[in-house]
Amino acid sequence: MALSKLRRSMLFVPGNNPGMIKDAHIYGSDSIMFDLEDSVSINEKDAARFLVYNALTQLNFGKKEIVVRINDLNSKYGIDDLEAIVRAQPDVIRLPKTETAQDVIDCEREIERIEKEAGIPVGTTKMMAAIESARGVLEAYNIAVSSKRLVAIALGAEDYVSSLKTSRTADGVELMFARSMIVNAARAAGLMAIDTVYSDINNEEGFRKEATLIKSLGFDGKSVINPRQIPPLHEIFTPTEKELEKAFAIIEAIKEAESRGSGVIALNGKMIDKPVVERAKLMIERYEAAHAVYEEV
Amino acid sequence: MSFDIDKIPNIQGINAIHGKYDEKKVPKKDTRVMRERQFQHNKIMPSLERAIEYSGLKSGMTISFHHHFRNGDNVVNTVMDTIAKMGIKDLVIAASSLNEVHAPMIQHIKNGVVRRIETSGMRGDLAKAVSHGLMDIPVVFRSHGGRAAAIESGELHIDVAFLGAPSCDPFGNANGYNRESDEGKACGSLGYAKLDALYADTTIIVTDTIVSYPNTPFSIPESHVEYIVQVDSIGDPAGIMSGATRYTKNPKELLIAKAAADVIEHSGYFNDDFSMQMGSGGASLATARYLREKMIQKNYKARFALGGITGQIVEMYEEGLVKKILDVQSFDLIAANSLKNNRFHHQIDASYYASYMNAGAAVNQLDFCILSALEVDTNFNINVMTGSDGVIRGAVGGHPDAAAGASLTIVVTPLLRGRIPCVCDRVNTIVTPGYTIDVVVTDQGIAVNPNRPELREKLLAAKLPVMTIEQLRDKAYAIAGKPEPIKYKDRVVGLLMYRDNSIIDVIREVDD
Repeated sequence: MALSKLRRSMLFVPGNNPGMIKDAHIYGSDSIMFDLEDSVSINEKDAARFLVYNALTQLNFGKKEIVVRINDLNSKYGIDDLEAIVRAQPDVIRLPKTETAQDVIDCEREIERIEKEAGIPVGTTKMMAAIESARGVLEAYNIAVSSKRLVAIALGAEDYVSSLKTSRTADGVELMFARSMIVNAARAAGLMAIDTVYSDINNEEGFRKEATLIKSLGFDGKSVINPRQIPPLHEIFTPTEKELEKAFAIIEAIKEAESRGSGVIALNGKMIDKPVVERAKLMIERYEAAHAVYEEV
Repeated sequence: MSFDIDKIPNIQGINAIHGKYDEKKVPKKDTRVMRERQFQHNKIMPSLERAIEYSGLKSGMTISFHHHFRNGDNVVNTVMDTIAKMGIKDLVIAASSLNEVHAPMIQHIKNGVVRRIETSGMRGDLAKAVSHGLMDIPVVFRSHGGRAAAIESGELHIDVAFLGAPSCDPFGNANGYNRESDEGKACGSLGYAKLDALYADTTIIVTDTIVSYPNTPFSIPESHVEYIVQVDSIGDPAGIMSGATRYTKNPKELLIAKAAADVIEHSGYFNDDFSMQMGSGGASLATARYLREKMIQKNYKARFALGGITGQIVEMYEEGLVKKILDVQSFDLIAANSLKNNRFHHQIDASYYASYMNAGAAVNQLDFCILSALEVDTNFNINVMTGSDGVIRGAVGGHPDAAAGASLTIVVTPLLRGRIPCVCDRVNTIVTPGYTIDVVVTDQGIAVNPNRPELREKLLAAKLPVMTIEQLRDKAYAIAGKPEPIKYKDRVVGLLMYRDNSIIDVIREVDD
């Protein structure tokens, strides 16, 4: 387990399915998200919590980033989830249905208490907030800056479209505002932005279209519900050879400028500033991730 | 013709044992037109009973069947019921394989109609009953190549072969499809039946479709056929074969398939004009798809594809990616239709495919093959026969034959099935010996047989996740624990014959 530098793909794994849990790390997603919330029916909540706790403490998922989606703290399962899961030390706790900054603060307080009780250094457990309502979207920035533990905010589209009194369409026009808000809030707060799932698993063309769209909007990645969605998603997030060449040229130009002690850096007559450098580094990371076909075993 | 046979010099050395020509001894010339003759003077028997009677079948003899109708087969059960009614007992059944549908055999064993069974595989209730000690004499399991060798050498002598055929003309030219119509039943290749027809003392074709003479090109020629019986139904088309074998959508099988294709690419055996055999399991079939992409990229063509043939291989043939198909068994209707229509989709018999006795077996020309496994152990031995409960539930098939013949043998298996480790210390039943297995590909890593160090180096250089077979086993045990050994009684209920027909392992009665 380790925090991931890239979050192109976050694989949803139902917390009540031992067969899927044991194989969660083999499909090459950047993060694995074990779900205790919507994919687990009410009469299996305890069993799923027990299963995920034991999986995290007993199985070896290699270097994958491990995220656990807990139940809403307002439900009667949320706090029990935290009590168990924080002690199993995943990398990230994903909070569902985040409406306000206070939701994050409340959750963080509980996490901190449990960390202290369990002797885990305070602040070890990172957080991710999923925004799934009209109110949450409007509060996106406040949510994003509410805790130092946050590494990303995410869009959960199913509940969101219900709260808008609409439904999902093929081109996703109903999500345009929410996606823009979330990506903007995340960037303003220096966090990552993760897009919602695409449920029609046999429609690869539709999935590719949506992934291309959210990449252009600025998202870092997307949640996926089937391992088959991972290769096309990573392909879309892989820079072209041309983009990669440019990224390397930029990094070279910086090195050269630094060696000359020059503060101003230019490449082919264009000034290179910090965001350009950051983007170049991200391109290289994504390229390297895409070409490390098999992880170290 | 005035000559005296005894005055021909050295006539004793010529072996003219039939003596002098005598017009009274040769058959009268049949002057009917062919159309009439087909219906009035042919090999078609009025009933199965009559054919059995004419065949001279007696208690104690050996009869054979093929398994091209898979789980849709009606021939074995129909013939066995008829034989039982006729009071013939104590038979040896030498089937190329048996399936779930053959559960009625249990009754024939209990009633003494069947004394002993030879087959490639067994499934369902019959297999369960055998594993629980149904038979006095152990069942002999042979590979397809081993069975062919046993037939050729005379170790397995077939008195009467009952061979189902989707079409047959009145003189015995039989095919696994109907050349006159695309409707009706089809099984494609009759590769396993061809050899039985050739070697059996008497061959009876059982068909539901009589077509006009000559049913050419034929699979089984009339010269190998004594009698023909027309029955209402040779089987259930849905059980005989599916329309098209679909590519798996199972993400784990796809993952394994992609890794297997990467192994092939970097193994040194992936060159223009290569030869291959792909199994019909989900992962091995999907390997063909990934391989296809690599072939197109590099502009490579396959010289031939061998074995059980699926629509995917046919598609590659029709695209020009595979030059020739050698088909011992067709797995779907696309393959069956291709055999009927494509010039270089050629039907071969079990001996040509895989016989150990036959120096020309096609498996010996394989660059690589992909095979499945229920279990593989740290000596690379493979089990495809008994399940995690020790009960028979599989078939040897061509597994040991292709593994021994191919220059590169890749076995694909998930690391675990459910909570059962598929890589273990010792397989339940050795079907294919480890020395013939070169690479094991799982969803969580690849192991190379230590006797192929150069291959290991190549795969490591390509950055494939190569580890030792022990590391793979440890990974599986770390997740599921080491399984408790299966409880067996002492009594042996099955013999596993290797392809040279030596006994490689035994199956014991389960204790539950």
